[in-house]
Amino acid sequence: MSFLHLAILLPFMAAILIPLFYKQLKHIHTGWFVLVVPVILFVYFFQKIGPVSKGLNDYSTANWIPSLGIQFTVYADGLSLLFALLISGIGALVVLYSIYYLSKEKEELHKFYVYLLLFMGAMLGVVLSDNLVVLYTFWELTSLSSFLLIGYWHTREKSRYGAVKSMLITVFGGLSMLGGIILLYLITGTFSVREMVIQAAVIMEHPLFLAALILFLLGAFTKSAQFPFYIWLPDAMEAPTPVSAYLHSATMVKAGIYLTARFTPVFGLAPEWFWLVGGIGILTLAWGSFNAIKQTDLKAILAFSTVSQLGLIMSLLGAGAAALHFESLDDNLFTVAAVAAIFHLINHATFKGSLFMAAGIIDHETGTRDIRRLGGLMNFMPITFTIALIGAFSMAGIPPFNGFLSKEMFFTGMVNLLEFDLFNADTWGILFPVLAWVGSVFTFIYSMIIVFKPFTGKLQAEKLEKKPHEAPLGMLISPVILASLVILFGIFPNILAASIIEPAAASIYPFLLEDGEKFHVHISHWHGFSPELYMTIGVIVLGAILYATQSKWKRLFKLFPEKLTLNRLYDQSLHGLESGSEKIQKFYMTGFLRNYLGIIFIFTAALTGWALFAQSAFSFKAESNAPIGTYEVVLAVLMTAGVVTILFAKSRLTSIIALGSVGYGVALFFVLFRAPDLALTQLVIETITTALFLLCFYYLPELQKREKLAFKVNNLLISLGVGTVVTLIALSANSQRVSKTISEYFIENSYKEAGGKNMVNVILVDFRGFDTLFEITVLGIAALGIFAMVKLRMSRKEQS
Amino acid sequence: MKRTNLKTNDLILQTTVNIVFFIIFIFSIYIFFAGHYTPGGGFVGGLLTSSAIVLLLLAYDVKTVAAIVPFNFLKVAAAGLLIALATGAGGIFYGEPFLKHAHGPVHFPLFGEIELASATAFDLGVYLTVVGVTMTIIQTIGETE
Repeated sequence: MSFLHLAILLPFMAAILIPLFYKQLKHIHTGWFVLVVPVILFVYFFQKIGPVSKGLNDYSTANWIPSLGIQFTVYADGLSLLFALLISGIGALVVLYSIYYLSKEKEELHKFYVYLLLFMGAMLGVVLSDNLVVLYTFWELTSLSSFLLIGYWHTREKSRYGAVKSMLITVFGGLSMLGGIILLYLITGTFSVREMVIQAAVIMEHPLFLAALILFLLGAFTKSAQFPFYIWLPDAMEAPTPVSAYLHSATMVKAGIYLTARFTPVFGLAPEWFWLVGGIGILTLAWGSFNAIKQTDLKAILAFSTVSQLGLIMSLLGAGAAALHFESLDDNLFTVAAVAAIFHLINHATFKGSLFMAAGIIDHETGTRDIRRLGGLMNFMPITFTIALIGAFSMAGIPPFNGFLSKEMFFTGMVNLLEFDLFNADTWGILFPVLAWVGSVFTFIYSMIIVFKPFTGKLQAEKLEKKPHEAPLGMLISPVILASLVILFGIFPNILAASIIEPAAASIYPFLLEDGEKFHVHISHWHGFSPELYMTIGVIVLGAILYATQSKWKRLFKLFPEKLTLNRLYDQSLHGLESGSEKIQKFYMTGFLRNYLGIIFIFTAALTGWALFAQSAFSFKAESNAPIGTYEVVLAVLMTAGVVTILFAKSRLTSIIALGSVGYGVALFFVLFRAPDLALTQLVIETITTALFLLCFYYLPELQKREKLAFKVNNLLISLGVGTVVTLIALSANSQRVSKTISEYFIENSYKEAGGKNMVNVILVDFRGFDTLFEITVLGIAALGIFAMVKLRMSRKEQS
Repeated sequence: MKRTNLKTNDLILQTTVNIVFFIIFIFSIYIFFAGHYTPGGGFVGGLLTSSAIVLLLLAYDVKTVAAIVPFNFLKVAAAGLLIALATGAGGIFYGEPFLKHAHGPVHFPLFGEIELASATAFDLGVYLTVVGVTMTIIQTIGETE
């Protein structure tokens, strides 16, 4: 155990204590106690920046299940630290914001903060774990706590719908990822990420490689809301706004990004990785930004913009994998993509967090998030407007905010791909910059919608539930801090370069660095007249024109049929799964005993018959059989007559008598085959059972029709099949005796060992008395059962 | 069991049963003891004993039979199970496995040397259980309306 372990466990320990504070100290908002946790964590991780940027990574391990190679190993390098800082930093701001956002009188705060702390701890566990099984454990914990947080207002139907949807999709991905982890373990023999990175070449050669890669990416893509799994994210907006800001913009959705970055050194050399990560990412970017424009709910716009921005980061990671094909850092054009990914990750967390908080303020102070009802809020909420303006302009990529810089780098990374000459990138690679540019135009448009629709224009006071006014100071602290960071990172981007981005990039490209060499990142505002500058200018110009004329072309969205959306596909397939499984179940669970018996018999006959002939086990040898005597023939004929009578009897009484005759026939057979004990017992038992049958017959209700049994062909076929198969098996078994029976032993020893001459009885009470003991127990239970059934019958009145 | 309201006089049946009952009962005891050497044993013996009692039930009514054979047959079955279990467990105290039986000549004051087997005690358990079980079943069903 180390401090790093304790840092991960701290939120969990706090989660245990928080309900106590909630119950005992009701007059203080529980959030204040919670706030301590992320602040401590942030300070702790902040002081780690120094050592980590010098390459002193923290590594510590604690035993969990050592026999299975599962250790709670924590590892803090540049990438992990970046995420840990985001989680704890934004976590602190979100907790502060939620203190003013959630009312302590109306809400069940203890639940909210327990879920939030669970999430925080799980997220820290994901980014700091080196052991993949531990990582997976925390990964599922984030899914679970996210589910609880989305469904926080569980009385609302939409919350529950969104929670279930996100749960199904992320857990589907999580389980796929577990499959990937197990495959990787089979390939490498270790669960440790660091050891897998060293064995990257082995993994590439292995036949299971592609399956592991795809399963892994399924996990990352579902969590990070990539195409086509993004559909859960817009529905997750039913969560309280602090949750949306924290989970669904800054942290949880970046778990997939983290995983992709973390596994770039393992899988990155493969063309599948380049195309899947890069291609899906750029597709998600364009599709998400395109869809964001048609939304009318502020949080829905932000959700789609998150999808699109995550796609941007994902595509950069895919492009960054191209750098792995070079031996060193010199002349490596493609590392800029990964650097841009890291930089944009930080920027996105800052501006998206502030935008969500601004949207939450608008919701809180006006009672609606619908942009069609909002307008003219600028004069009432100047500070919120400023925050939204900074956030949205940064998202659109306008200087001097940080989004501009990362978007420039994004374009650089995409344009550089044109130089990449592997994996057919020289032909299809042109799609990357084109889609990137188109997506950026859409991004610009919806960013403008976010700022200008609610804040400018005319105030529609009659459509609002409350009279709008500026938010309380406490609610503004967090977004103001985030917006200041947007400006700070925008103007002085290089304060991040050496401290955070360089070590993080170093952990994505561990092999590119020589010993002692450091990654060098310098972010500059001015590149000269490069293609990306013209692209940015084009985005702003075209975006501004399209925004101004949006009423003219927005009808375009109506061309897309509602039926072809992915949401509809999800709903339909869920519905289809339910109704389909219901149909299957209704097909075989009919509730009729005869159907179940039919299934059992068909399978028994078919399986044993198939086994008999597939193994060509059937054989028939008559030479060792005993000669057939007259008595046996006569008895057999008599018994067959009895059996046939049972089948075709018109009344029950006939069947019972015929059954009795069969029983006595069996007793006679026992006599004939010299089994006196069996004959005696069979005679008495047959008499008793016949008497019991007659008793049942006597009490049958009067109305029962004494009809002939209905004849059914399939019943005949089933019974013929079972009879045939059993006969065949008996014949084959009889003709294939391989060893002597053990009866020799009993014959020799029944008097010598047990002092008895009746061998049957000696076997029953002595050699195998154990069976007898439990057979009489069975009898006792049967008697008790009958006694209980008859005596303890509750009357119908008592039952109801 | 009887559903007729007519009072019938079963004199011949009852007189015959009075005699036959003892014949069957003694035969069942014989079958039980002879089990170790000739066909028979606890199971058939028990069934025969209960058939003797059933004969009584046929000739007389349930209450009379309950007075003649004043046993709670569920307890008889339980006692049989206990005896079987106890004889099985007896071997454990001599360091032998469960259900290991002993046999050998035992000297009795009046009868002299007699060959005895502990398996017979186990068989007695079987016998009592079978009697208890069959009689419980028949009595319970017989007493229901």
